[in-house]
Amino acid sequence: MSQIENSTTLQTQNSDENGTTMNEMTASGESTAVADRPLGLETRGVHAWFGSHHVLSDINLQFPERSVTGLIGPSGCGKSTFLRMLNRMHEFIPSAAMAGEVLMNGNDIYASGIDAAAMRLKIGMVFQKPNPFPAMTIKENVLSGIKLANLKVPNHDEVVEKCLTRAGLWKEVKDRLNASGGSLSGGQQQRLCIARSLAVEPTILLMDEPCSALDPGSTLRIEETIHELAEKITVVIVTHNMQQASRVSNYCAFFLSDGGPGVLVEADATRKMFTNPTDTRTADYVQGKFG
Amino acid sequence: MHVVYSLGDRIFRRIVTAGALTSLVILALIGLFLFARGAEIFRDMGLKFITGVNWSTGSEDGTTAAEFSIGPMLVGTIIVSFIALIIALPLSIAGALFIEFYSSQRLKRTLVSLLDLAAAIPSIFFGLWGIQIFSSIAEKWSFLLNSYLGWFPLFSNEMQVFGRSPFVAGLVLAAMITPIITSISREVYSRTPRELVDTCYALGGTRWGAIRTVVMPFGRSGVVGGAMLGLGRALGETVAVYLILNLVFAYNFNILEAQGGNIASLIATRFGEATPYELKGLLAAGFVLFMLTLSVNMIATSVVQRAGKDRS
Amino acid sequence: MSQVDTTTAAVPIRPWVASRSSQAKGLVAPLMIGIAAYLIVLFTGFAGADGWALLFFLLILAVSFVRSRKLGKTKLTNSMFNVVITGGALLAFAPWLSIFYSLVSKGFHGIYLGYFYHDMRVTTPDDELNLGGVGHAIIGSSMMVLIATAITLPLGILSGVYLTEVRGRLTRLVRFVVQSMSGVPSIVAGLFIFTTVVVTTQTFSGFAGSLALSILMLPTVARTAEEVLKLVPEDLRSASYALGARQWRSSLMVVLPTVRSGLTTAAILGVSRVIGETAPLILTAQSISSFKFNPFSGQIASIPMYIFALLQIGTEYSMARAWSGALVLMTIVFLLFVVARRLGGKDKR
Repeated sequence: MSQIENSTTLQTQNSDENGTTMNEMTASGESTAVADRPLGLETRGVHAWFGSHHVLSDINLQFPERSVTGLIGPSGCGKSTFLRMLNRMHEFIPSAAMAGEVLMNGNDIYASGIDAAAMRLKIGMVFQKPNPFPAMTIKENVLSGIKLANLKVPNHDEVVEKCLTRAGLWKEVKDRLNASGGSLSGGQQQRLCIARSLAVEPTILLMDEPCSALDPGSTLRIEETIHELAEKITVVIVTHNMQQASRVSNYCAFFLSDGGPGVLVEADATRKMFTNPTDTRTADYVQGKFG
Repeated sequence: MHVVYSLGDRIFRRIVTAGALTSLVILALIGLFLFARGAEIFRDMGLKFITGVNWSTGSEDGTTAAEFSIGPMLVGTIIVSFIALIIALPLSIAGALFIEFYSSQRLKRTLVSLLDLAAAIPSIFFGLWGIQIFSSIAEKWSFLLNSYLGWFPLFSNEMQVFGRSPFVAGLVLAAMITPIITSISREVYSRTPRELVDTCYALGGTRWGAIRTVVMPFGRSGVVGGAMLGLGRALGETVAVYLILNLVFAYNFNILEAQGGNIASLIATRFGEATPYELKGLLAAGFVLFMLTLSVNMIATSVVQRAGKDRS
Repeated sequence: MSQVDTTTAAVPIRPWVASRSSQAKGLVAPLMIGIAAYLIVLFTGFAGADGWALLFFLLILAVSFVRSRKLGKTKLTNSMFNVVITGGALLAFAPWLSIFYSLVSKGFHGIYLGYFYHDMRVTTPDDELNLGGVGHAIIGSSMMVLIATAITLPLGILSGVYLTEVRGRLTRLVRFVVQSMSGVPSIVAGLFIFTTVVVTTQTFSGFAGSLALSILMLPTVARTAEEVLKLVPEDLRSASYALGARQWRSSLMVVLPTVRSGLTTAAILGVSRVIGETAPLILTAQSISSFKFNPFSGQIASIPMYIFALLQIGTEYSMARAWSGALVLMTIVFLLFVVARRLGGKDKR
């Protein structure tokens, strides 16, 4: 228990050239109830099925603007499926079905008449395995989203520099923008993918275990990047790693499945989840008793 | 590492290896025999066998020598096959993309079965269909093509007889080779890594955007291999061409004109009445066709195999 | 903020799929366009079904263009390619669908019970369709195919065993050769057998025909046999070796029996590949019009050559017979496919 307590220090948004400093400060959202903050995203009564297989049941979650929310829980309880419902990627699976609402700025993204492609410009996604487009250079990769959506951008080079800087990759690749995307290391590739997602200027970024395939050094760099990103956008990150959740997120949502559909057990400020959770199952999980 | 095999195993391995090598033996034998039997013709004609314009058995009294060359037929083979490929390739790609990305699960299953069945349609059916059903449509298209584009040499037609032309034969061959190319292309497209396609959608792209950005570049070498396999099939096609194309032994680059031929149909046509010497000519022609299709197929095989391998 | 509420029974829906009513509405536009195209065909130079199809395509393209133009360039391109790809796919499938349709509509006239056990010995191609039959061709084809299978199945299995069990140094060569061999033109195979077998035995024969067919059949059988053997789990072989079995015992008694249905599939696929071949038979077995049960001397009938001969006569009844023969052949190929598919799932994995 003490180990968890000590590690629930949250890093401030102090990003200087040498990386963030580990200041022990209270979580910025600790004393502010979630409901008081403007919401980047909200889900109401969300269910998910694959065929007749019920995988998510009645998820009601609120994601405050400009914060990082971690989705935690043992594997197989539907966290990734839930994440994919937030930008309507779930529906690409042929047997997928859902119920409920996902609200961005008060509008249900599943409503009929909604332009899903335009919505995905606002709600971006970074996947677990780094996947830059193999047939493109680094520069082309960053600009690929702009090209796909045919966005009018006056200065491509400016965008490339800005996004690579926000993703923490600019210094390392600024001299070889025309190298192939695949010539980078795993951690660099993932940061390239982050830069690519940022180029279309999303307000929300969904990240599906972005560091699970990376070494600890790259992981830490990406966590720093997430902190910086959260100054401007809302981040939702699925993670198996509880230490990462406590390092990186302001709020956490704990998912659990007992063999049936995954449910939301508890969602609160991270500090509270890890030190004084309401539900015993949450306490068991964060103490490492299972999962 | 040296493995010591028992006697039983050694015999077993010998037998199995021998059996496996029969394909190689057969292939080599075919090439050898055709060359050996046709050698006299190669000797007599030299390079003119390929470049000459005559296929004549000579006169009865021997004053004019028999002269066999496959020039027009070789060119005809290539022309008809290329017409087929040019038409079949875009249609096959469209078909493959449609099955993989534009159809529901159930429709996809049906279409894949249909595709397999179509690949099994014997070539003589295409001859039958070509003559009875398709030729009137193809004639009409040829006529229209000639009316509007007849000023262009390729589409001119002196005789104004539209029907048994390389163009029509090429169209029928296109229908014949589309199943193979579509099958291979579809298979390659289905192996596009799911995350790359998902990323395109996640970035706000459309279905065509994902196809253009990721799927088609990924599948390019596989599709090329498939196209070459289709080309190989077209090069060696006999019956459909025999039935549809009016065999005239002359170079013909006006594809709408009702004359042409390919090596395979030449062999089928002349085989029945061939003198021993002419038979050797046919064998020499068969050898050239064999080498041509073999090379195309070998290149295609290595391209397809490489496309299947370096996909991580 | 925790919720474990499972009492509300939620109903799964698919909001991204157009509802039934809007799907129905979506069909109205193409329907109207189809009618418009038909009217244009009636009154202008566009003629025939292909004229209608072209018009239909162009009109749909135009309508999509107008509808999607205001949605922006990417959506517009997407819509346009939607139409183009669907149209291209339909064009690709059209010939085969036309062939299947014709086989049935034109071929079924000549089918009667006796069609299967009569030959053409006393019937001319122009006689009424309730005379004569294709029985001799079925027998001839069956004999040639059986002999070809007897030759290629063992060789194909040996090839497969070499590639999966023995895995000697020549593996890559063998695989490459087998694949390349499938590109040998059928007439070349016929020519080869003609030069070697027919000339030496001084006679056309069904046997020569089956040899030519074997050349064309072997790659298919060998490739399928290899694929099937590759599916045998490595543990099976390891277990057998661990029990002290020699390789040859292990192969013969453990591995091969488990892929029995797979190997049958290989044979069936090989048969369906060659049963429709005409060109090789022109040079080796040729064709006759009566029943014959000796494949070793003299010409013999076969379904493809039956069709070929009737096709060249070209009269109304001979053509009808040709279509009927083709229908029988296609049905055989189709049944072979069905059997192969059912067998394909039978091996225990």
